[in-house]
Amino acid sequence: MNIKRVLIYSILSFAALIYLLPLVVMVITSLKDLDEIRSGTLLSMPQALNFDSWDKAWGSACTGVTCEGLKGYFWNSVLIVVPAVIISTVIGALNGYVLTKWKFRGSTLFFGMLLIGTMIPFQVVLLPMARMLGFLGLAGTTSGLIMVHIIYGLAFTTLFFRNYYISIPSELVNAARIDGAGFWMIFHRIILPLSIPIIVVSVIWQFTQIWNDFLFGVVYSSGDSQPITVALNNLVNTSTGVKEYNVDMAAAIIAALPTLFVYIVAGKYFVKGLTAGAVKG
Amino acid sequence: MNKSSTPRQSLGELLPKLVVAPTFVVAVIFIYGFMLMNAWLSFSSSRMLPKYNWAGFLQYEKLFANDRWWVAAENLFIFGVLFIVICLVLGLFMAIFLDQKIRAEGAIRTIYLYPMALSFIVTGTAWKWILNPELGIQRLVREMGFESFTFDWLVNTDMAIYTVVIAGVWQSSGFVMALCLAGLRGVDDNIIKAAKVDGASMPLIYRKIIIPGLRPVFFSAFIILTHIAIKSFDLIIALTGGGPGFATDVPATFMYTFSFTRGQIGLGSAASMMMLMAVITIIVPYLYSELREKNNEH
Repeated sequence: MNIKRVLIYSILSFAALIYLLPLVVMVITSLKDLDEIRSGTLLSMPQALNFDSWDKAWGSACTGVTCEGLKGYFWNSVLIVVPAVIISTVIGALNGYVLTKWKFRGSTLFFGMLLIGTMIPFQVVLLPMARMLGFLGLAGTTSGLIMVHIIYGLAFTTLFFRNYYISIPSELVNAARIDGAGFWMIFHRIILPLSIPIIVVSVIWQFTQIWNDFLFGVVYSSGDSQPITVALNNLVNTSTGVKEYNVDMAAAIIAALPTLFVYIVAGKYFVKGLTAGAVKG
Repeated sequence: MNKSSTPRQSLGELLPKLVVAPTFVVAVIFIYGFMLMNAWLSFSSSRMLPKYNWAGFLQYEKLFANDRWWVAAENLFIFGVLFIVICLVLGLFMAIFLDQKIRAEGAIRTIYLYPMALSFIVTGTAWKWILNPELGIQRLVREMGFESFTFDWLVNTDMAIYTVVIAGVWQSSGFVMALCLAGLRGVDDNIIKAAKVDGASMPLIYRKIIIPGLRPVFFSAFIILTHIAIKSFDLIIALTGGGPGFATDVPATFMYTFSFTRGQIGLGSAASMMMLMAVITIIVPYLYSELREKNNEH
């Protein structure tokens, strides 16, 4: 190994260390008690594995007026994410199927219209949406948030499936049509079995986006219906006497675990979603 | 189509349209309708409650006369430029280094990219702890023997916006690395070999051949990062809360504060229209060039 290789490896390892450090600091801080935090530094190791702050973050830390930890909000997020991901992915798949295999006059225009939806800053729809949710009686409910996430996720899921299905040869579909197969039959028998990778991409993308969402959560939920990101922010900003950094860090890790888990088991698809969702028309 | 087209057949023709119809309706109402409604609000005299009257450019005049708005706009500029440039440079170099047949490349890539899976609220919470002057980095370095070391950017009005840059770069640079690495893998090996035969050194090959060839990648990365920057909201809320004072306000936090906590709906919607304009000025040239490339391909 020559000096150049050594240098490259050192730079890469150093960078990896920098990327890892915040996570390491979070974990070790969450395992210390407050005395250890006050007397030590960011990187001093905890004396013992102390999961008290995890317990507190999960079950009894104050998030504003209530002091029941993150657990309720964690389940709120699950309740929001699951239907929103499933519904937006199913509709996205059907849209993509129509936009590539059953094109009609105006379908390209329709796709272009949707594409804009992936690019607008959501701030321009926040106020009218608040009004609409109030009108529908969904203000401050998890159902309202589910609806919002489905609506603004559709543009992305449609984009994923449309770009994927466009590479499935149309001859396949046309041959099936001549044999008398209909819209649903072709989708079910030909398209769907080929769709597994893009379904994974879409599910992961939507899951990460919705789980990590804060903007819609903070504007459209209240009290009991808040998602975990909003609760985490409240927990960190609730000042009752001493600042419990260990509980903050445990809470942050709890909020991050589901998406981190998905990233670690399905990183390849995660990256695909990022690049496909963020670019390309 | 012959005359005997049965109801069944016409249903068959209609079906694809019926399937996309709900999405179409939703897009028309919830994207375009809402954008128009929002535009209207920005031309109304709405305060606590939305009013659909016509007040001309009143809200825009108020916005442009608001110091806090200009702080927010300036912050977005500072944050945006630094965030984008640093992410691009770091991302490119890490990708080049990673492209040197590195052992454990997969593991290293995973490490560089994991912050992208986190919520900006988590990132902000973590960095708020790391950067806090009493117990964070400042303390760590002082304990190492540098007694007079100060690092109080988080609570320093002039410097706080740079902490947002640090956390933002930490979160997003790995993504640029992934994009660049994919681009590097797409470079034709034969060109590099030919250049080597001609006696060109590797740095020269990178500078003259490979990096210029990554232009489309940079372009996409630039668009994505700009988009992240303009929309950035959660990171600032979690890291600085817009403070100290409103020193780290950006348009997104400004819009949120005025619309939802200060009861200035008209002003908030005007601010969001400005954000839309900013995105449009970035996106339109991008779409234009994308479409042109596609047309050239065919």
